[in-house]
Amino acid sequence: MLPRDLKIEQFNGYPPEAHKLIAAHLAALQQLPLSFVPSLLREVIDYDYKFPIERAVIEKELVKLSSLSAAQLQEWFQAFSRITISAKLEHLDWVDQPAQFVEQLSEYLWGTHQLDAFRQAALEYGDRLRTAAPADPLPVRRLGIAVIGQGVESYDAPLFRNLREHGTYFGRVKPEKGFDQVLDAVAARAKAHPMPYGHWYVDGGQAVDHSPLLTCVSYQGLEPVRAALLRNIQTEVERPGMGPEQLRTHLAQMSPSDLGMDKNGDAVLDRFQIKLLTEGSGTQIFSTTFAQWTAREALRRAQTLTLLVRFAPRQRQRPMNELLSSSNSNLELDYAGSLIDADMGSYYHWLNQQRLPGADQASFLVWFEGHSQALAISPTLPRGTESNSAMNLGDLLSLVTT
Amino acid sequence: MDDSSWSRAFPAELTPKELAWRLGCSRRDFLRGAAGLALGSALVSASPFVRGDVATKKRKVIVVTFGGGARDQETFAPQGQENIPHLMNELIPQSSFFTQVVNEGILGHYVATASLATGVYETLNNFSSLPPQHPTVFEYYRKDLNRRASDAWVVAPSNGFNRIGESDYRTYGQGLGAQVVLPKHLLTAAMSGTTTDYEHLLRDNYETPLYTPQLGGSEFELQQLEGILKLSVDDFKAHARTLSSPDELSMYIARQLLLKESPGLLWITMHDIDIAHAGAYSLYIEGIRRTDRLCAELWKTVQSLPEYAGNTTMFILPDFGRDADQDSGGNGFQHHRTGDAASRTTWMMAVGAGVREGVVYDRRIQSTDLVPTLGAMLGFSPSLSQGKPIPELL
Repeated sequence: MLPRDLKIEQFNGYPPEAHKLIAAHLAALQQLPLSFVPSLLREVIDYDYKFPIERAVIEKELVKLSSLSAAQLQEWFQAFSRITISAKLEHLDWVDQPAQFVEQLSEYLWGTHQLDAFRQAALEYGDRLRTAAPADPLPVRRLGIAVIGQGVESYDAPLFRNLREHGTYFGRVKPEKGFDQVLDAVAARAKAHPMPYGHWYVDGGQAVDHSPLLTCVSYQGLEPVRAALLRNIQTEVERPGMGPEQLRTHLAQMSPSDLGMDKNGDAVLDRFQIKLLTEGSGTQIFSTTFAQWTAREALRRAQTLTLLVRFAPRQRQRPMNELLSSSNSNLELDYAGSLIDADMGSYYHWLNQQRLPGADQASFLVWFEGHSQALAISPTLPRGTESNSAMNLGDLLSLVTT
Repeated sequence: MDDSSWSRAFPAELTPKELAWRLGCSRRDFLRGAAGLALGSALVSASPFVRGDVATKKRKVIVVTFGGGARDQETFAPQGQENIPHLMNELIPQSSFFTQVVNEGILGHYVATASLATGVYETLNNFSSLPPQHPTVFEYYRKDLNRRASDAWVVAPSNGFNRIGESDYRTYGQGLGAQVVLPKHLLTAAMSGTTTDYEHLLRDNYETPLYTPQLGGSEFELQQLEGILKLSVDDFKAHARTLSSPDELSMYIARQLLLKESPGLLWITMHDIDIAHAGAYSLYIEGIRRTDRLCAELWKTVQSLPEYAGNTTMFILPDFGRDADQDSGGNGFQHHRTGDAASRTTWMMAVGAGVREGVVYDRRIQSTDLVPTLGAMLGFSPSLSQGKPIPELL
C-alpha cells in the first residue's frame, strides 16, 4: 500500500487523540512518499502518551504540511521521493506498525546503499521545518546540571575535559550541603516558571526528597520494573523462533502495566520510563547508562527547561577470571569507573541541551559531588578559563543563570 | 588537535566525503606529530616485497580486527593516545599506516567482518547464522594455492560469527573455507554443569546481549581442543580462569593455533571494545586499552616463532568506527547506527614482512580493498572481490 491509498478507517486502531489528528491532516499524508510517512506515523501513533511539547511539535508539523500546495509538497519531499522502496516494504502494515516498518526500512536503506541519501533528505526536511515553523520563545533560559562522582573519595585525573573550552572551571567550590543547594535552586525555578514536565530531577540511584513540582525519574525507583523486564525478556528469548527483531518488536509493544506499573499512575511519564528500559541499551544494567540515556531522552522529548541529573555509582563489571572462579554475586560498585562514565555523560547532557532551541542562551553546570571542582557554561561566563573564586553551589548557580 | 578543536574541525555542514577526508588527514597529522612518521605519498621506491627482501620462507598473513570499532577521540587523537600506548610506541613506528579506510557497507559487526573477508559489501542479516554470499579470502587462499584445511583459521567472538569461514557461493563454499574457533562457545561447553555466574560474560554479543544465535556451521568443537590444539579441557578451563576477558581468551586460542598448526592465514576478530553498547564509557576505554595490549602481545609472539618471524605480515584494522558525538541521530561512542563519517571512516595498520616501516598514507581506500591486497601478496585471485589491491603494500 502507498500513502495515496490511505483512508481514515485504517487508523481505527490509533488512540483517540492520534486518530483525530490524522483525520484532520489525512489529505496531506496522502501526498507524501512512503519513505517518509511511516516515520511521521511512528510519532503520531503515540501522540496520546507524549509530553505536551512533543504534541505541539507534531501538531505544528502537520499544520505546516497541510498548508502546503501540491507543488510545494513535491518540492519539499523530492529527495524522499527518490528513495526506492521494495515491494516487500510496501506490503508491510506500516499504518498499524510504523515503528517496525521504520526498523525494516533502516535495514533496507543500509543494504541498498541509500542511507546517506535518506539522512540528507531528513536533514534538509528538518531544516525546512525549523525555518517554516520556528520554536516558541522560552519562558526562561534553559539550564542543565550534572552532578557526578558520588562516593568517590579522590580522583587525580583531569575532569570535564570535553567541556573546558566551553566554560569556566572552578577549583575552589565549597561542597558543603552542595546537593541541597542544587535541589533548592531547581525547585525555585520550577516554582517561578511552572511548565508541565518542564523541570526534571533524574537520579542514577535513589532519589532524595524533592519538590513535587519536579518530574522525577530514578534508577532505584524503577528497580521492580527492571527486574520484571529482565524476567520477561528471559522468557521471550527462550521461545522457539525468537530472534533479535522479534524481541525488539515485543519490547516496543510493552505497556507500563505489563511490567507491573500502577494503572492509575502518570500515563505519559510511565510510558517514557518503560521506553527508557525497552529502547535504551544498557539502561537495565548500568545506572550510569540509565542516567545518561534518561537525560538524553528527557531533553530530546520533553525539551526540559531545567534538567538536574545526579549520577550514582554503577555495579562493577567483574573480569572473566573472577566470574569463572567464584559464584559470589554480591553487588559491588565501581566508583572510579562510574565517575569516568558520568564525566562523559555530562558532556553528552550538554551536547543534547545545545541541540534544543535557545542553545545560545542556555547554561550548564557540572559538579564533582562532595569536592571542590565544577565547570560552568553560560553566555555571561568566559570560555576556556579557570576561576579561583571560592563559592558554594548556590552562588555558582546564581552566577550561571543570571 | 586538542579536544576543543574537534567540533571546529568537523563541522556538521561538511559532506560525508569531506568529513571522511578530514578524519583521515587528522590521523595523519596526529601520527606524524606523535610518532614522527613519513608521509607515504612522498615515497616512490617499491615495496620490500618487490625488492625481494622478504625471506624465502612461506609467507604468512594475520588479520586482526580491532573490534568492535573505536573512534579517534579515544585512540589516535591527542587525548586518546594514552589508551593505545602499544600501537603508538611499538607497532606504528614499524608499520605502514592507512589513515582513511572507508566502509561503505552495513555497519553491523558480523556483516562488516564478512565484507572485509570477501571484499564485497555483503548484505546478509547481521544477526542470523548465515554464510557470506561471496567467496571468502580463506576460500580463495585454499583453492587457488591448494592449501590444507589446517592452513586457514578464524578466531571469532560469538556464535554469530560461526559461518564466517566459508561462503555458500556455488564454485567455492563447503570444505574450502577456514576452520572457525569460537572461544566463548568452547568455554560455555567446557564450563557446563558448573555453578559460577559467568553467563553474562559469555553472552553472544553486546548489540543484542540477551539473544544468542544457534550454531549452524562446521564450528570447532570442544573435543577438537585436545586433538588439534593439544589442550585438555581442564587446562583450557584453568587457563581461562587466569584471563580477564573474552578477547584474552581469543588471543590465547590464537597463540595455540600459531604454535600447533602454524596456519598461513589467521584471522582474529576482537570484540571487547563493543561493550560500548552498554553505554559505560570507562568500560569502552578499558576495552580499547586491552585490545591495544593484546595486539602488541600477538606481534611479539609472532616474532618469537621461527615459523613466523620475518615472513609474516599482520594487518590491524577496525571493522568500522562508532558514531560521532556531534551526530544527533546517535548517542556518541555507544553505537554505530548513524552511518556518519566517523562510523564509516577508520584506519588500517600493516606491519611486518614486505611493509615499509613508519609510513602514513592518507589517500582514501575501501574496506573491501583488503582481500585483493592479500591476494596480490599471497598469490591468489579473489576474482569476485569488488575491491582493488593497495599498491603501497605491493
